[in-house]
Amino acid sequence: MPYTAKIKVTLRQSILDVQGKAVEHALNNLGYGTVESARIGKYIEVTINEQELLQAERIANEISQKLLSNPVMENYSFELEHVK
Amino acid sequence: MADVLVGVVVFPGSNCDHDTEYAVASFEGVRPVMLWHNEHDLKGAQAIILPGGFSYGDYLRAGSIARFSPIMQEVIEFARKGFPVLGICNGFQVLLESGLLEGALSRNRDKKFLCCQTNIRPVNCATIFTDQYKEGDVLSIPIAHGEGNYFAPSEVIESLEDHDQIVFKYTDSLGEVTDEANPNGSLKNIAGIINRQGNVLGLMPHPERASEKLLGSLDGRPLFESLYKHIVGS
Repeated sequence: MPYTAKIKVTLRQSILDVQGKAVEHALNNLGYGTVESARIGKYIEVTINEQELLQAERIANEISQKLLSNPVMENYSFELEHVK
Repeated sequence: MADVLVGVVVFPGSNCDHDTEYAVASFEGVRPVMLWHNEHDLKGAQAIILPGGFSYGDYLRAGSIARFSPIMQEVIEFARKGFPVLGICNGFQVLLESGLLEGALSRNRDKKFLCCQTNIRPVNCATIFTDQYKEGDVLSIPIAHGEGNYFAPSEVIESLEDHDQIVFKYTDSLGEVTDEANPNGSLKNIAGIINRQGNVLGLMPHPERASEKLLGSLDGRPLFESLYKHIVGS
């Protein structure tokens, strides 16, 4: 049974997230004064046709490092789920 | 003498490829050859230019998908052998994603896509791309980007400085490096850097858009001239 990798890519804290800033200001303007910050990242779903969890995990890590994130300015994390 | 061949890579979404072709062709003895992203053949090019634009629609991250195109595998090999490779704007982003240059470009600090004339100063005139400039020159060259905010970890910046790899900086009209003259928030006002070997240059400003009198500036021409002189001389 294949796996779905639910991958999140986020900007490192040290990088100014101008999109997040714009959303934060918009939320404050909407009256949500308690919203202190907003940061925007990417969510990527990948179906991996591997039977072994370890193999799927290896591929998810590899593609996240190689293409889906840029380690200079981004972090990534993922969850793996069996496709039903 | 046979013409010098300069390869201009065309990705889906490149939009400065023909401007670059035009600028290259305006020099006597130089002939541009267009290289499609799906090809593996550099067609005898003696230097490669990665032009500006939005390769692959800037999907995922600017330059991230272009980096894995067939032609880029050849360009990376070509660069590793020491041949000249120039990346302009999106081309700079592709070079960073490829690992041929260090660092990354994130969104401009004020959120805007910037399309305007900027002043830059060549701070290293001893490269194969800049030896036709003089220290102290202040160039008027346009930028057109949304993601030109150069970032690198402090140890990388230090190493770039130690090895004179910062080649262009944004300045005011007098050539002073000030925060007001920094259009996008780049660390140290960096507009362009070169690799340690000195054969791969990336910059955000567009020298090809400042290579024709009609366009209001000729300040980009010495960059191309430096490159041709290097090729002919080597």
